[in-house]
Amino acid sequence: MSQTIDLIPIYIMGKRYDVPASLTIMKAMEWAGYTLIRGVGCRGGFCGACSTVYRIKDDPKLYFGLACQTIVQPEMYLGQIPFFPAKRASYDISQLEPQAATLFKIYPELLRCLGCGTCTKACPQELNVKGYMAAAMRGDISSIANMSFDCIMCGLCAARCPAEEPQYNIAILARRLYGRYLSPRSEHLYTRVEEIKAGKFDGEITELKLMKPEQLKERYKARDIEA
Amino acid sequence: MTYTTEMLESIKIVESTRAQRIGQVFPTMSMEERKKVLDAFHPDFITSGMREVRVGVCKGDRTPIELADVLEARPRISPDFDLSSPEFETDVLVVGGGGAGASAALIAQENGAKVTLVTKLRFGDANTMMAQGGIQAADRPDDSPTIHYLDVIGGGHFVNYPDLVEALVKDAPIVIQWLESLGAMFDKQPDGIMMEEHGGGTSRKRMHSARDYSGAEIMRTLRDEVRNRPEIEVIEFCPAVELVLDELGQICGVVLMNLETNHHFYVRSKVVVLATGGSGRLHYQGFPTTNHYGATGDGIVLAYRAGAQLAFLDTMQYHPTGAAYPDQILGQLVTEKVRGLGAQPVNCKGEQFVYPLEPRDVESAAFIRECKEHNLGITTPSGQPAVWLDTPMIDMIQGEGTIEKALPAMVRQYKRFQIDMTRLPILVYPTLHYQNGGVKMNADCHTNVPGLLIAGEAGGGIHGRNRLMGNSLLDICVFGRRAGFTAAQISREQQPGKPHLQHLVTWNQELDAAGINGDLQSPILIPDYVRHG
Repeated sequence: MSQTIDLIPIYIMGKRYDVPASLTIMKAMEWAGYTLIRGVGCRGGFCGACSTVYRIKDDPKLYFGLACQTIVQPEMYLGQIPFFPAKRASYDISQLEPQAATLFKIYPELLRCLGCGTCTKACPQELNVKGYMAAAMRGDISSIANMSFDCIMCGLCAARCPAEEPQYNIAILARRLYGRYLSPRSEHLYTRVEEIKAGKFDGEITELKLMKPEQLKERYKARDIEA
Repeated sequence: MTYTTEMLESIKIVESTRAQRIGQVFPTMSMEERKKVLDAFHPDFITSGMREVRVGVCKGDRTPIELADVLEARPRISPDFDLSSPEFETDVLVVGGGGAGASAALIAQENGAKVTLVTKLRFGDANTMMAQGGIQAADRPDDSPTIHYLDVIGGGHFVNYPDLVEALVKDAPIVIQWLESLGAMFDKQPDGIMMEEHGGGTSRKRMHSARDYSGAEIMRTLRDEVRNRPEIEVIEFCPAVELVLDELGQICGVVLMNLETNHHFYVRSKVVVLATGGSGRLHYQGFPTTNHYGATGDGIVLAYRAGAQLAFLDTMQYHPTGAAYPDQILGQLVTEKVRGLGAQPVNCKGEQFVYPLEPRDVESAAFIRECKEHNLGITTPSGQPAVWLDTPMIDMIQGEGTIEKALPAMVRQYKRFQIDMTRLPILVYPTLHYQNGGVKMNADCHTNVPGLLIAGEAGGGIHGRNRLMGNSLLDICVFGRRAGFTAAQISREQQPGKPHLQHLVTWNQELDAAGINGDLQSPILIPDYVRHG
């Protein structure tokens, strides 16, 4: 082993490994010899596969992070939560009304939220989970949609919730209700779809498809570029 | 993990030229200039990184060495693997749990097929989830699918398959409408007009976005919808390790492997949709990658062994702006939207050296030239070359707070490493991003192997030799939907015959004859990141 690397002790599920201090938790686990199957996904902070709970020796506080985005610290005790069995309701989005009653009907446990904020403390995206749950209890779908937008659905909020709320699943229901029913309608999109279905561009595109390469290149070069 | 003293000195130079650079448009390259920089600096043209494939239907074609190695590897199972009692039967088996697989599953199910979706890792563990910038669709009055067609085919160097490009651009607005009907949230003005930006190589602003979580928004919406349909069965942590053929040479299922128990089993189906994604985790020419953990090219390996033709697999996309510092996020994506919103790439003298939104291959080659030939890059303590991407310009051009609002994922990413990208520029360098080619397909997603359909990044021909930003999220939806439709149609007509793995016997013989005796097995499924020794 190289003497030049600065190694620090970490505890992976209770077992000690000495790893380079500059690594993320995920890379430290691989450095220690783990071939990851669970608890690894995009490795870029987008997918929520590598939720990790950790604590530093002698500090009672629990910390939460993504293994791919968090650098190891000396005496870090870590455990991963690659899967959490929170409730997820099934629904037909096309048959719903974008109203408070819909949220309460699909997720009745929503009204049991204690407003304690443990979810917010656990969120590795630093979202105001408690805040969007409060909006959910008011039935304010657009606020939930906006406040929860950066959610990566890792499930740490639900894992920590004393009221057993599936916050992230409530949030995606709200976002889908917003996207389908409440977001302002884009007339230009509907117009264009009708034009395409009516075959408006078929002739032009066929012409391009049949064009000789040199001619096509000229057309490409002559494009005007929107400022 | 803040910047080093040398970097801070360099930033001062960048800051000193900023005011003068705002509004200054660097000229775009002519076709001749593009060719020159590509030939000299793009990794596709580094001959030492490529070799010919020695076996199979595309024998003699050039491809990156790392891909040739897995294409020529041994199967993971024996040709006499027991296929006599399938674990279960289904109409349509979708392999892959990204955006293309999810789209295919939804449309196949809507068209009456019994659908099973299997995926190597979790449902949604896919490059789709990581796509930040957006999705193209020509839906504004001054734009049209025709103009989109020109942008796509010019960006792809005029070798794209025209039928595929036509399908891509004509289905685009329909796909946006479909995603909205499923509840995906796009960035809009209060009056409903979509907020659309430029991407590299576009001549109109047609990049629709969902902040910089565009792919995540599409993926989680599609995934939620699939999970809402009890008719679609989803099986996670079960990658396909081999395709199974019948006596007529038609696909009749796959052999899957439970990644956690090592149990291998045969699933019989009338049609298979391969939506297994790309191969960035093969790290061509040693490049870091933006891709998710499972992007190991499994689908092209399986299809190739079953006799499918490949297309454009000598061309990979290197995204110009991968994070070059800090090391912990080396190679991770810095979305093109950052340049779309006005940030300029600049060298260590604080000068622009390239138009910020050339097509990706050209832009990347220009970055590499600036560092390797002009020696005007910045080198990080670990030896990584880089150029500056002047992010603070965005708020100066678009108004204070734009970065935080439009790029929350990026801001969060850098903040985790104590860098405030709203105030300081960031260091970037090209990173392996996308497999431009793949299994050769037509506009209905057929390959040359009956019953084998392709969708998404595993397919080849749509983007020619270079994909434009925002056409990948589009591609997975357009061709995922088309594959689902075709699959449902086939499953109404097709009856699978007697299953066999005779193609593996032939394959092994061909390897023997070519003197290829390595012990590598493929698909490799999981990249090897464990420290050895």
